[in-house]
Order: sequence, then structure tokens, then C-alpha cells
Amino acid sequence: MSQSASPAPTPAEPGRLAIEARNVVKAFGQGEGEVRALNDVSVEIRQGEFFTLLGPSGCGKTTLLRLIAGFEMPTDGTILLDGQDITYLPPNKRPVNTVFQSYALFPHLTVAQNVAFGLQMQGKPAAEVKETTARMLALVKLDAMATRKTSQLSGGQQQRVALARALAPKPKVLLLDEPLSALDLKLRKEMQVELKRLQHETGITFIFVTHDQEEALTMSDRIGVMSAGKLQQVGTPREIYTRPVNRFVASFIGDTNFLTGSSAPGGVRLPSGALIEAAVTRPGAVTLAVRPEHVRIEAADSPGAMPATVKGAVYFGTDMNYQLALADGSEIEACVVSGVTGEMALNPGEKVGIRFAPGAVQVLED
Amino acid sequence: MARQSFSAVRLPGFTTTAVLVFLALYVPIFTLVAYSFNASQSVAVWGGFSLDWYAKAWANTQVKEATLRSLLIAVSASAIATAAATMAALGTTRRKAFRGQTFIYVMINQPLMVPEIVTAVALLIFFAAIKVATGYQGLGYLILAHSAFCIPFAYLPIRARLEGMDLSLETAAADLYATPWQTFRRVTLPLLGPGIIAGAMLAFVISLDDVVITEFVKSGGQDTLPTYMLGQMRRQLTPEINAISTMLLMLTVAILTAFFLLTRKND
Amino acid sequence: MSPAEKAQGARTIRNAWLLSAPALILLTVAAAGPLLIVLVYSFLLKGQYGNVEWGFSLDGWRGILFTKDIFDDTMVLADAHLTIFWRSVKLSILTTLITFVVGFPTAWFIATRPPKARALWLFLITIPFWTNLLIRTYAINEVLRKEGLVNAVLLKLGVIEVPLDMLYGPFAIFVGMTYVYLPLMVLPLFAAIDRFDMRLLEAGYDLYASRLQVLRRVILPIVKPGIVAGSILVFVPSLGAYVTPRVLGGGKQMMIGNFIELQFGQGRNWPLGSALSMALLVVVMVALLIYVRFANRENAHG
Repeated sequence: MSQSASPAPTPAEPGRLAIEARNVVKAFGQGEGEVRALNDVSVEIRQGEFFTLLGPSGCGKTTLLRLIAGFEMPTDGTILLDGQDITYLPPNKRPVNTVFQSYALFPHLTVAQNVAFGLQMQGKPAAEVKETTARMLALVKLDAMATRKTSQLSGGQQQRVALARALAPKPKVLLLDEPLSALDLKLRKEMQVELKRLQHETGITFIFVTHDQEEALTMSDRIGVMSAGKLQQVGTPREIYTRPVNRFVASFIGDTNFLTGSSAPGGVRLPSGALIEAAVTRPGAVTLAVRPEHVRIEAADSPGAMPATVKGAVYFGTDMNYQLALADGSEIEACVVSGVTGEMALNPGEKVGIRFAPGAVQVLED
Repeated sequence: MARQSFSAVRLPGFTTTAVLVFLALYVPIFTLVAYSFNASQSVAVWGGFSLDWYAKAWANTQVKEATLRSLLIAVSASAIATAAATMAALGTTRRKAFRGQTFIYVMINQPLMVPEIVTAVALLIFFAAIKVATGYQGLGYLILAHSAFCIPFAYLPIRARLEGMDLSLETAAADLYATPWQTFRRVTLPLLGPGIIAGAMLAFVISLDDVVITEFVKSGGQDTLPTYMLGQMRRQLTPEINAISTMLLMLTVAILTAFFLLTRKND
Repeated sequence: MSPAEKAQGARTIRNAWLLSAPALILLTVAAAGPLLIVLVYSFLLKGQYGNVEWGFSLDGWRGILFTKDIFDDTMVLADAHLTIFWRSVKLSILTTLITFVVGFPTAWFIATRPPKARALWLFLITIPFWTNLLIRTYAINEVLRKEGLVNAVLLKLGVIEVPLDMLYGPFAIFVGMTYVYLPLMVLPLFAAIDRFDMRLLEAGYDLYASRLQVLRRVILPIVKPGIVAGSILVFVPSLGAYVTPRVLGGGKQMMIGNFIELQFGQGRNWPLGSALSMALLVVVMVALLIYVRFANRENAHG
């Protein structure tokens, strides 16, 4: 029975919006015990893009996904798909499919029957169901497993079945709820490549939920960083990493040095007296973020460098991390590419000068 | 002498007691079965092996009618109870607590809590009044009573199966364009199948075995196998009772073995 | 909550009730509802040929403990009734105790088998549990009667010279009830022991406890919920037993269940029978409440 389910898929048009969430609120519980899983979240996801919702567990990313899928209704706000309001449309009437974290493969059906399920529910003719199922199984390289029961498959294979099953009805948007979290590292890397390939080949909009920053950075076109029910920042991986807007984003993605100072003409004055060049728009206390790899260590007498003392060093293989103390006692971390021998170039107690790479200092909003 | 290593889980006399308990549980049953093959006229003396009592029981029209009646009631009651219990299980499990939920639980499990004799008396009074009012004397009363007290037995395995079921499977079906009815028909029901069969089998056994409520509810000439046997026990005992008991016992054991295998395979 | 969320919530609750409705209706008509009629009947006048006559009366309830003196119509304590109650309570407590004493080692034995064997032993306990109560009671009759197995063995061994008369009396009822209700004790005990962490035993022995001390100080306190559950499960049906005392008690040695039946049969005193039924129900409910309280407290601790 297809009725309104999945109209013919419109080819993805870059720039047009696939999903738009407007001021979405989702509260669980009532009165005193009310918890806002989503607190006024608005986001625009473009057609054909690989969009990642990134955040720690409990930040609301899965809730947002479930609202888009239609498994839950928002307490307030609107969700649009292709410009149409789908806020209260039941999940079986939305051309949106989900790859579940637990895969949720039907244990009583074979691999092929699982993949065919959505197509059958849409009332597609048998021949088309068969043809599409075969094509999907080929797409995820599981043609040989068609008649197996899902319980006989490995974790990676189950993952592929879940993907094929969700892609088979050609959804406008594919939702992936931490789909790789159950796989081991090697398989996860393989599947990351595989997912990118599938997204490229199908042209379908992917909304991917993860708590793994590396996964988000390597796979996404754009990332939405979430925390405490709010969307903290949306941007390309590069923007998110190099231009974090606040403390949460800066610390959740990569390692960061936070420096507090006060607004001064031409930049920010640190307690040590040093003036850091930065574009500051407001007066008063300011927090700065600097990535450790953008901290350069120079000779103690290097002109214009801030004096610092080496406190300790940790060897990471490719990198070497130095803990340094500034004149006022505040600590700062610097990351340097290891030398050929891997020996420490600096010893604790040594006096050095440090400088930040041009443009590396980011002024945070909070 | 071989040294025995220290075993923390062993307690003195426990194994012996357990073995004696199992013996005590089964010796009476085996004695009963053995005497069903007794050629002697009396239950008292062993007169050699014979199948006469089975032939006699089989030829006894009262036994035959009671058997058919028992089966008819058990089949109808377990079917009704299982259908009602399946619906109730679907209604009460896997959802947020709501007002009245405890009431539903208490109602469903009520037959397990109220002494059978009390329910029997209550039904005797109630049905007596209805019999007078409507003039209907048929098996409907027994089927109705059996259906009611079989519900909790059918409900328990179905509910257990439902609670063990991954909720995301039904969510996945809805995600894949299945309507609520299609989700139930294509996903929930097939996965629930073993639980429903198990529930139906327990209900069937419970109905088949009932003595007290049947004894109070039945009208004249509506003996089931157990109430027929109860009646016979007031009279001179013959191994015919043993033969009937043995047959009923075999049926129960067969169903239970099937239940055992069915639930184990799905663990 | 948004209106849509509210509507959805209301819908699931309505579905819960709609789906439960057939079961609730069946149980109301053919199980719970009629109990109210019994309650009403217990306050009515006794009819001459059974049944009741309309008119409020406490005779039914009074009749539980008192009876009219044959000579002067004054109310005196009904000794015969008290004997029956005392016998019921005594036999039920005794049955509960003995099933625990032999049931605990049995449950322990099953729980300490390797997993495969455990399933089989458990199955062997459940078979008698599901076997027809009447058949099991009759099987005890087979064993206890004059020419039965026990007498035959004892005679052969020369322990006795004349067959013992064990049937038809409190002893036979007690043996029968112990036999038929034993699985009800073993199963919850097994469930409790199965959850018991056997490493605690090693900890106990490591800390110098003897076997008996480990049993008393470690095992029994931890499996207590199972003991309470088993005791309730045995005590409640024992108190309301009907079939076992009827078959093994020989008619004269009644228990409450048979006494109730008598009121609806030859006794022709429906109000008294109804009052007795309600009294039995109250006692059982109190026992169950104690159990629920206890179980909740245990849960709160755990």
C-alpha cells in the first residue's frame, strides 16, 4: 500500500534544502521533572550533503534524528522535508529511512526479505521488488548472502544489510544513528569509506549521528555540533576545527589551549602582559582558543616571543607534546612533530619562547 | 582413598535429599501407571500385565463422552483465553506506565490469587441465577469459566516474549513504510508466535486439568474427565481410573515436552 | 506537551484499554465479578432449601464462629468449626515447613548442576507441577493405602507385621499436600538460588565460616525473597485445598474448602458458605499483601 509513501525521488539539487528544523523543542517528563532533550534547535540540511550531528551522549542528537524519522513528535517547532511540513506525519508516510544503531534487522526474515521489506510495504510490483533488492545487495556486496538468516551474518555484514534495506526504497533522506559504533576499529574505517561511496553513488542526503569527532571530521560535508539540547555550531569540518565559536566546540573537537585575557586596543592582553593580536568586538574578559599544534616553540631570546618554561613532555609517536608554563603560571600545551630519533629536543626546566601561528588564535563567544 | 577437592557449592546432605525428593515425586506416579496394566480386578493385588483396563475405559461411553467434553472445553477455552491474553499483553507491555495499569495486572492475575474454591462457589451462585433466568444449560458456562482462569497462564509467556522483543524492530518496520496493521501482521505477530503457542499450550493443560471449578459449574451430565474421575473415587476403585489417569498424564507430558523444546529453541 | 504529543499519549492509553478489554470483560464476568455476589450473599438470609432469601442478616458471618445451642438457642462457640479451621491452618503451616525443608536442598541441587543438566532437572520438577492435581492426589492414595507401596515395602522388610492404616486422615492429607505443592516451593527457591552469586560462598569459606555458618549467614539471608515467595505459594493453596482433603481425608476430616462446599450442598447454608469464602479470601489477600510488602522492601534494598 503505497499511497503517499515516497513520491518519485527528486534528483538532489545542491543548495536546495532537504530537511529544515525550525525552533524544535522536545521535552520529556512534566513539571519539575521536565527534561528538554532539544531546546529550540533550528538547522538547515541541504540536498545531497553528508551532514553529521556530533555531540556527547545525551546531547539530543539522536532525539533530533528520531523527530526527523517521525518516531517521536516534537513538543514545539516544525520539521520540513523538501519544503513540506512533516512534523506530525507518521514514520511510514515519510520518504525518510533509518539505519538503526542496533541494525534492527528482522530475525524471522532472510537477508533479501529484509531488504525487500520496505519496497513491499510501498506496494511495488514483485518484479521491481526483486530487481531493486538484487541491485541493493550488489551495491553492498552481499549478493551471495541473499538467502541467509540475518543471525548468521557478522557484525559488518549485518551493517551492510541494514544499509541496503534503508536505501532500497530510495528515501529522500537517509538517517544513520551511530551505525558504526558496534564495529571494531578496522571494520569501522572500512565502513566509513563504504558509506562515503554509497552516498556518492546514490546522491541521497545522509544525516549521520555520531559521538566520534574523528569520524565526523573525515566523513562529513558539514557538521552540526550539539550539546545540552542545543546546536552549538554548524559548519564544514575545517570551520568547526579551526574556527570553533565557543568553549564546548573547541574542547570537544581536538585538543585546545584556553587563554583568558582582557580586551585591549589591537588585541587581547594576557595576565602575563603579552598582547595577542586578535579581532575583538566587545570589551572586558575574553577567552581565546589556540590548538597545540599552532603553538611554536622558539629560543628564549627570540624577539616578540612570550617567555615560557618547559614543565614536561609526552611522546605520542608522530608527535611530541610539551607542557609549558607562562610567566604568570598559566599552562599551555604545544604539539611538535617528532624528530627522526624521537628524542626530546627540550628538557624540563628549560627556558623557551613561544609564539602563536598567524591567524591561529580564535576568540570565543563565551 | 582418592582425595576430594573442596567444593564451595556442596552442602552436606543436600544431594541425598534432592535425589530422594525426585524419587518421591516420581515413584507414586509410576506406581499409578504400573497399576493401570494390572490384570487383577482389584487395585489391591497385582495379577500380571494386561491392557484390559485401557480397553474397558475406551469402551466406557461415560469416559468417552467426558474425554470429548474435556477436549472441546480445553480447545475452546484455550483459544479464547489465548486471543484475549495476546491482546492484553500487546496492550499492557512496552509502554509507559499509565493510570489503571496496576488494575489491569491485578485483574489478569486475579485467578492466580483467589483460592479456586472461592471462585468455584462464586460461579456456582452466579451461573445458577443465570441458568434460572435464561434457561440455558449448555457447555457455555464451563467454557466461559475456563477461558477466564486460563488467561493468566496464556498471558505470562506471551508477555515475557514481548518484553524480550527489540522495540526497534517495529520502529524499523514503520520506517520502511509499513502501516501499523502491516507492522503487526508482518513483524510483531511472527516474532510473537512461539510465545503465543506456548501460552495456548499452558492454557490447554490448565483447562484440561481443572477439577474444582468444573465440579461446581457443571450441570448434570456435563462431566469432564477429571470430574468423572473424582466421582469414581467415591466408589469402588478399579484400575480403570489408573488407565484414564495414565492417558491424561501422557497427554500432559507430551504437551509439556513440546513446550519445553519450543521455548528452549528460542532462547 | 504539545497537543499532538498529548493526543498520541491519549491514543496509546486508549489502545491499552481497548486491547485489554476482552480479557477484562471475561475476567469480570467469570472470575472477579461473581465474587461480589458472594459478598452480598454472605449478608442475606438462608433459604430453606439452599439458596438465599432477600433480607439483611449477619447470621452467615456469625455462623463462622458461633452456633445455636441445641437446647436453649443461645449462641455458643462452634467447636466443630474451630476444629476444621485449626486443622486447615495446622496442616497448611506443616506443609509449608516440610516443603521448604526438603525443597531447599532440591532447588540448590538443581541450581548447582551444569546448565544443560539444569534445564532437564528443572523440567523434571515442572512435570509434576503441571500434571493434573487429581491424578497426583490419587497417586498418593496408591502409595499410602493398605495394600499400597509403602506398606508392601515395610512388610517385606519386616519393619511391621500388620499393614499401617495411613489413609483417610490428617496424615494422608498432609502427605498429599506436601506432594502436590512441593514444586510450588522448589520453583521460586530455584529462581532465587539461580541468581545467587556462588563466589560469595568462596568468600565465606575464605573468611573462616563453616558450611553451616555459610548456609545460615550467607545463603539463607540472600535467597530470602525466594523463601517467602515459595512459602506463600504453598501456604495459600494449602489453606484453600479442596481436592486433596476430599480424596485423602475420607469425608470426615474436612478442611475449609470442603466445609465451604458442604454449605452449598447438604448444609444448605449459602450465607454461611459465602461468609466462609469471603473470610478465606481475606486471609489469602492478607498473606499476599505481606508478600508484596516484603518483595517491595527487598527490591528497594537491592
